[in-house]
Amino acid sequence: MHIPDGYLSPQTFIPLYGASFVFWSIALKKIKKELSAKYIPYLAMAAAFSFLIMMFNVPIPGGTTGHAVGAGIIAILLGPWAAVVAVSVVLIIQAIVFGDGGITAIGANCFNMAVVIPFVSYWVFKLIKGDAHSGARFYVAAFLSGYIGLSVAAILTGFEFGIQPIIASAPDGKPLYAPYPLSIAVPAMAIEHMFVFGIVEGMVTALILKYFVKHESDLVYATKEA
Amino acid sequence: MTRFQKKLWIGILIMALLTPLGIYLPEKFKSGGAWGEWGADELKELLGYVPEGLKKMADFWKAPVPDYNFGGENAAMSTQVISYIISGMIGIAAAAIVIYAIMKFLTKHEK
Repeated sequence: MHIPDGYLSPQTFIPLYGASFVFWSIALKKIKKELSAKYIPYLAMAAAFSFLIMMFNVPIPGGTTGHAVGAGIIAILLGPWAAVVAVSVVLIIQAIVFGDGGITAIGANCFNMAVVIPFVSYWVFKLIKGDAHSGARFYVAAFLSGYIGLSVAAILTGFEFGIQPIIASAPDGKPLYAPYPLSIAVPAMAIEHMFVFGIVEGMVTALILKYFVKHESDLVYATKEA
Repeated sequence: MTRFQKKLWIGILIMALLTPLGIYLPEKFKSGGAWGEWGADELKELLGYVPEGLKKMADFWKAPVPDYNFGGENAAMSTQVISYIISGMIGIAAAAIVIYAIMKFLTKHEK
């Protein structure tokens, strides 16, 4: 889901830089105000964890590869605004040092993976779990939170790819940037994430939440608020 | 550092040592790259041409460690595996340092 340089037109990547910038500034204000010093080591670990989990490319035999992001579980454990910061830091390091995701696409990639996933995952978890603090409903909520968060981000990424031929084509009709239309890009991104990578994200989310609830349940942000 | 945090860091280090699965398994199952992340040469093969705008923008940034690989495109699997683990370690260190720096900056400017 790391969009490389050259796939998005400036008409797309500039507004997405703007959108991410808005979320970054609010996120920094929020964590400055609300994140107690006790959580700083966890924020660092969350970023390290997200960096690593994206290195585990999951193969579809004979097809493509993809990976989990870990942004949903970070949002549940530390809150969505903390997740915005942790995952954005990771995506920026990946782009600059490892060429994973483009520099021009940092805004887009951060918006898709570090803004959309944390907030979608967080609210899916809160909505589905209801009053549950353990048990099947609680962990089903965690699974779906990761699953839906990643799937929504994948569909949005497919949409960003798919609108490129409409926005920017050469006079001869050839696309200038990402070449595939919405009718191909959206299903391609949606299907592989809904059938494979989203399930991985969901399982990671539920298992890690279970571990935290067992060992350090006071820490979990999403179960603290009323 | 609490005992729980120590445990989590150990878990993260074990994860870093296991990352080569993320290149080994795709190779074993003959999977390609991610959808929408093709290089210019792959696009040429897929489409028969390279989109003009993409061609101009694709290579403007030269990452120091492209694809988490120190050995270049045709590196042996063993080089890739070692590169991948080292990249994971660099990633952990960089992520943690940047987070601590941000938090330090935020608390310093507190009134």
